[in-house]
Amino acid sequence: MRRGIATLLAAAGLAFAMANTARAEELTIFWAEWDPANYLQELVNDYTKETGVKVTVETTPWTDFQTKTFREFAAKGDAYDMVVGDSQWLGAGSTQGHYVDLTDFFKKHNLENVFLPATVAGYAEYPIGSHKYWAIPLEGDANGWAYRKDWFEDPKEKAAFKAKYGYELGVPKDYKQLRDIAEFFYRPDQKRYGIAIYTDNSYDAIAMGVEQTIFSYGGDLGNYATYKVNGIINSKQAIEGLEAYHELYKFAPPGWGKAFFLEDNQAITEGLAAMSMNFFAFFPALANPTTNPHASGTGFFANPAGPTGAHFAALGGQGISIVSYSKKRDAAMKFLEWFVKDSTQKKWGDLGGYTCSKAILESQEFRKATPYNEAFYQSMLMVKDFWATPEYAELLDELNQRLYPYIVGGKGTAKEALDGVEADWTKTFNKYKRYSQK
Amino acid sequence: MITKLDVNSAASARGLTDITIRNLFILPTIAFLIIFNIFPLIYSLGSSFYDYSAASNQPAVFVGLQNYRDLLASPYIWSNFSITAKYVLVSVGGQVIVGFGIAVLLNRVIPFKGLITTLLLLPMMMSAAVVGLFWQLLYSPSWGPINYVFGLGDFPWLSDPTAALYAVAITDIWMWSPFVMLLSLAGLSAVPKHLYEAAAIDRASGWYTFSRITLPLVAPLLLIAIIFRTMEAFKTFDIAYVMSVQPTTELIAIRLYKLAFQEWQTGRSCALAYIMLIMVLAITNIYVKYLNQVKAR
Repeated sequence: MRRGIATLLAAAGLAFAMANTARAEELTIFWAEWDPANYLQELVNDYTKETGVKVTVETTPWTDFQTKTFREFAAKGDAYDMVVGDSQWLGAGSTQGHYVDLTDFFKKHNLENVFLPATVAGYAEYPIGSHKYWAIPLEGDANGWAYRKDWFEDPKEKAAFKAKYGYELGVPKDYKQLRDIAEFFYRPDQKRYGIAIYTDNSYDAIAMGVEQTIFSYGGDLGNYATYKVNGIINSKQAIEGLEAYHELYKFAPPGWGKAFFLEDNQAITEGLAAMSMNFFAFFPALANPTTNPHASGTGFFANPAGPTGAHFAALGGQGISIVSYSKKRDAAMKFLEWFVKDSTQKKWGDLGGYTCSKAILESQEFRKATPYNEAFYQSMLMVKDFWATPEYAELLDELNQRLYPYIVGGKGTAKEALDGVEADWTKTFNKYKRYSQK
Repeated sequence: MITKLDVNSAASARGLTDITIRNLFILPTIAFLIIFNIFPLIYSLGSSFYDYSAASNQPAVFVGLQNYRDLLASPYIWSNFSITAKYVLVSVGGQVIVGFGIAVLLNRVIPFKGLITTLLLLPMMMSAAVVGLFWQLLYSPSWGPINYVFGLGDFPWLSDPTAALYAVAITDIWMWSPFVMLLSLAGLSAVPKHLYEAAAIDRASGWYTFSRITLPLVAPLLLIAIIFRTMEAFKTFDIAYVMSVQPTTELIAIRLYKLAFQEWQTGRSCALAYIMLIMVLAITNIYVKYLNQVKAR
């Protein structure tokens, strides 16, 4: 009897030890539910083959991504060892202790020179210019455009366009041309519309569309170093940029008041619009004939320049950070060492991920690999981001509240909307004592 | 001969008194209530007096009534309350008219009455998120059947700042009118038939019979339905959140969600939750007082 109990206890102990060993050899990465997350799972399977460490990419729908991540942070939970967080989260992730400081890791691997500068500044560094790093650029992304190349190249359309506007119909070089083309193709009686833009205001959709227009009109959201917004977010250039975005909305399909990536891709796949704004990460579906019946007639271009030649695109994409509450930080660090290797970055790009590796992005092989890679590369050289301060969610909500009624509802003027944003943001920065810190 | 039974004997034999057994049944419920209801209620009340973010790793700072003052001085919050009030009025008003109307129609001998009643109850058995998504399709400007049936062309129901709230309210009316119908039907079937017979002998008009007999007798149950629906409509989150992202459809519950889980202003969101609680209690009290008056008549 006693021997039986001893055997049972030994077996239980062995099982417990084995379970713990197995747990130590597993890593969990948390990301949003979209195609790049599937590509990442494919990529990390190689890491499992090489090291025996099982890596799982756990996902949740975009709408729930931020809430779920920060809920886990609030609980100081170790459910995720790494998180592929939005660029705007850097402030909260770093100053509130959720992310592990990767500055030494960055320097050890000379990553400032490995990755494209804009991606280092956008996905890894906080505060701006501090050379303190909290993430490794993982999925580069920017807001670009898809267009109906077949409509643009139709000789009848070309002739009609030239007769009306006095120049050749082609990929728009500036916002004026973008507006003209949108107007030209706006034909509600044919169920054909000019342009599909972001209008959803539940997260950062409308903000991304508007900010890149404001940037390209020579305006800005504020001074990211001093938090000054007065005279910047409501400057003449910013107002003109917002007016231009509002003008574009007039040429969108009916009911386009809640449009984000899904709707904007549908505008192309359903043959609704001539041009459609979207993040590059969503363009593979448009180049694929099984998901887009017009794939062969679809082209892509980077956000056009503004009237003064200023040229910007809104930064999308994410960096991968180690969660400070993870009990497997060393294993996560080893994984990142594997991830930043040139060979891994190459494979990541081949699988469909948007690598931020400078060498790969600049290579002709990458730029010619897909119909949208060249536009992506051009966009990544001119990306600019939203505020990444810890209170970014409040800033975003305040911006949404002011922009939406003007753009979609046609209420008030662009100046009134941006004066309102200026007042709200100043109040919020005061609340967080941003000015007294300076 | 009546034998006095020792009710404790069986339990006592096993070492358990009636009081112990009673406590064993009650204690888990009380523990559950304390852990999941009372403790969070008190904890959130305490949190509402602090500048505190659950996600920030920063210590909470006591600010007294500052959160309440800021919220009540915020034009956004008042705008959310005003949107909610309009929504409650339209939604509950519509549910009472439609629900009571259907109940009156069903309160007679008609073929397949049971089947019709069951079918009419289906909407309220569905998930609110599913109903929201379903109606989003019905409202689609390009190919939605609503615009087609009413000949409204490409009218963008859910993107139009004015129409969006009414579109959401119509969906809520569709979903919850059956609830009002059910309670009204219970009230209507309890009205004594002899009152109608007496009214018929006196040659009372249809309206007179309805306003002097039907309505007063159904009123208590109808008021209970209104109390429940007002409380629920005031807290509406799911349908509005799924259907529209307009600032004009941002009900107070959506604002609370954003404060708590998007902006992580934990202290302030607790304060807003308490403001909402006080408002719901005040509205309910007014209804209950009126209900008592109706019952006393």
